[in-house]
Amino acid sequence: MAAEKARTQSKSKTLQLPVVNGADILVEALIRQGVDTIFAYPGGASMPMHQALTHQADRLRTILPRHEQGGIFAAEGYARTTGKVGVCMATSGPGATNLVTGLADAKMDSCPVVAITGQVAKKFIGTDAFQETPIVEVCRAITKHHYLITRFEDIPRVVKEAFYVARSGRPGPVLIDFPKDLQTEKASEHPDYDPPMNLPGYRPEPRPVNPAQVRQVLAAVKRSKKPILYIGGGAINSEAAAELYKFAKRTNIPVTTTLMGIGAFPARDPQSLHMLGMHGTVYANFAINSADLLLAFGVRFDDRVTGKVSEFATHGKIVHIDNDPSEIHKNKLAHIPIIADLNEALAALNDAITDDDLPELDEWWSEINEWRDKHPLRYSDPGHDLILPQYAIEELHRQTADRDPFVAVGVGQHQMWAAQYYKFDRPRRWMSSSGLGAMGFGLPAAMGAQAANPGKLVIDIDGDGSFQMNIQELATLTCEKLPVKVFLLNNQHLGMVMQWEDRFHKSNRAHTYLGPIDHPEATGKGTAAILDETYPNFVKIAEGFGIQARQVRSRKEFPKALAEMLAAPGPYVLDILCPYQEHVLPMIPGGHTVKDIILE
Amino acid sequence: MRHVLSALVMNQPGVLAHISGMLASRAFNIESLAVGATENPELSRMTFVVNGDEKTLDQVRKQLEKIVTVVRVIDFSKQNYVERDLMLIKISTEGGKRSEVHELVDIFRARIVDVGPSHVMVEISGQERKIDAFIDVMRPYGIIELVRSGRVALLRSAASSEDLEAEDRPNPEPPPEATV
Repeated sequence: MAAEKARTQSKSKTLQLPVVNGADILVEALIRQGVDTIFAYPGGASMPMHQALTHQADRLRTILPRHEQGGIFAAEGYARTTGKVGVCMATSGPGATNLVTGLADAKMDSCPVVAITGQVAKKFIGTDAFQETPIVEVCRAITKHHYLITRFEDIPRVVKEAFYVARSGRPGPVLIDFPKDLQTEKASEHPDYDPPMNLPGYRPEPRPVNPAQVRQVLAAVKRSKKPILYIGGGAINSEAAAELYKFAKRTNIPVTTTLMGIGAFPARDPQSLHMLGMHGTVYANFAINSADLLLAFGVRFDDRVTGKVSEFATHGKIVHIDNDPSEIHKNKLAHIPIIADLNEALAALNDAITDDDLPELDEWWSEINEWRDKHPLRYSDPGHDLILPQYAIEELHRQTADRDPFVAVGVGQHQMWAAQYYKFDRPRRWMSSSGLGAMGFGLPAAMGAQAANPGKLVIDIDGDGSFQMNIQELATLTCEKLPVKVFLLNNQHLGMVMQWEDRFHKSNRAHTYLGPIDHPEATGKGTAAILDETYPNFVKIAEGFGIQARQVRSRKEFPKALAEMLAAPGPYVLDILCPYQEHVLPMIPGGHTVKDIILE
Repeated sequence: MRHVLSALVMNQPGVLAHISGMLASRAFNIESLAVGATENPELSRMTFVVNGDEKTLDQVRKQLEKIVTVVRVIDFSKQNYVERDLMLIKISTEGGKRSEVHELVDIFRARIVDVGPSHVMVEISGQERKIDAFIDVMRPYGIIELVRSGRVALLRSAASSEDLEAEDRPNPEPPPEATV
């Protein structure tokens, strides 16, 4: 009997399970797309898929987040660090709506994600059934594409198309809504896992780079006296870092990156002017403002980069390369618009360039170096053994750079300081909710990055506000054995909003203090630079989740405390108490120009 | 400036919702939108009339093309095409005016499609200005109610727009505003 059972099992394996249901087919289709990890939180309408996941546990790791938003941010962390499609799953109704912020985030930052939601059975759709939301309707504008599966035989095709759409062209999130009756329906014949796709309107194949345009760009480079490379997330998505480095070195053109472009060019290279925009370096913003040629590669002229767009880079000719035609001329007219894959375009430029095309840039560099000497990134030492967040991040970089870590951030002051002071030399090491600016991104994104990169150092640089938005994922770190290090810059405030209160609202504190409302700080009447008692007690919280933690408030003790965290084998929360009086500088107020840059 | 855009889209639920949502969320001003079946059961055709400058039109076209279920977008504006509106209009014929109305209906090559003791319903198709003129002429008799379709349009050519090559713009000319 036992032997017979074993035989049937092995037979069923070779035949890929003759009796399968829709959920089994979906999971098998995921595996055939190369999915090795899924972040999935079960519920009534997705239970059959979870049952199917247990049957494939040796081929596909299922990680249980503690909130669906944590699951989709983790899928983004996975995708952003690997370039592969990140996958998450949730049940219908509230499970699905909890994915909404993550889908919007992935859309804004062009991150390839496939999100699968359970849906009520087809006969209940439209009846306001228990846990029914029309999630496809909700998510149309915030997904690259979306499916509601209505026919059993469509399951493999929908999965194949979803992955193709998510990762090709300009990547983005794709939603698959999967009714429960189709999940449990039994297959009557062997499913075709590689069916033809039906996407007549989707043509993401990169357009060939036109040699005439390559010559046009090189002619503009040669004529320029003040060129600048303005590099965005497109350089990361098209894996263009190597060709970019080659082009930059050959031409000696200075390189500035957007928040999304961080890591596309080594930050420690002297040719890097670091980040530009609202909280970019003075020298990057001065340079782009004076430039006579903008090589805008894989960027979208976001308002956080340009400030007042009509005044942005007015002296310069613009070469705009992007693979999304709708970005060309959207915010800023380009003189040489090129719709192409950036890596291919840079390769074509590198192939075509000759010594004769090289511009003479000595004067330009001496101008830039003067700005750089006069206005480096800086902060003043307040003394009193306080840990300034900028210093803390510099120290983190000192202690971890040689371990080539992956770093995720939340949103706010700590995010900008991390972008400024952690020097990323390689692509896909930096994870930031940049376009959407979704607080709570850091911890789950780090968790996804750790799942994708086992054995690597993964750090969540977080603020106390952002951290609390997905703090439940500490449980996932413990239970799934993901040794993420949380570098918590705790200033007891929503620092970025507080900074704007200080600058534009006479420091009137409007719900930006995160402690008890009867504390003097809640109304801005506090006096201490850092507080004796902090709220909440993150060390106790972490310990409650089974995670090692400590608070550090002395600068003298900080390097050792940091080293202790970095040496810990498991997850760790380092609660770093920072003075809240620090502002992120420089700063170009929204809608203003580089002339209005605030330096102190 | 007024532009007529024609889009072939996949004949699936939700495509119209997707497109109208995109137009609304990007604050594009659409004067008219008509949707209907085509000779190909897998495709529907949408005809848009868009008001705006070249830059707006360029964005509308590109954002439409970006939607996965949109198969082709063609800008008719600079081409030779036929465009039509259809209107059904109920006009009062109180006071023995039926023959007067009938005469005007003939002049406009419209058609009476329903008659009552004190009203007629007229069907008229044509270009927008003809329809507008007919409304003006009918106003003194008393317009009870009317309905107009959105604009529909087709290119004057032997080819089907489904077979036309997608507008390939590997090297788009810079718009005139850009000074090099």
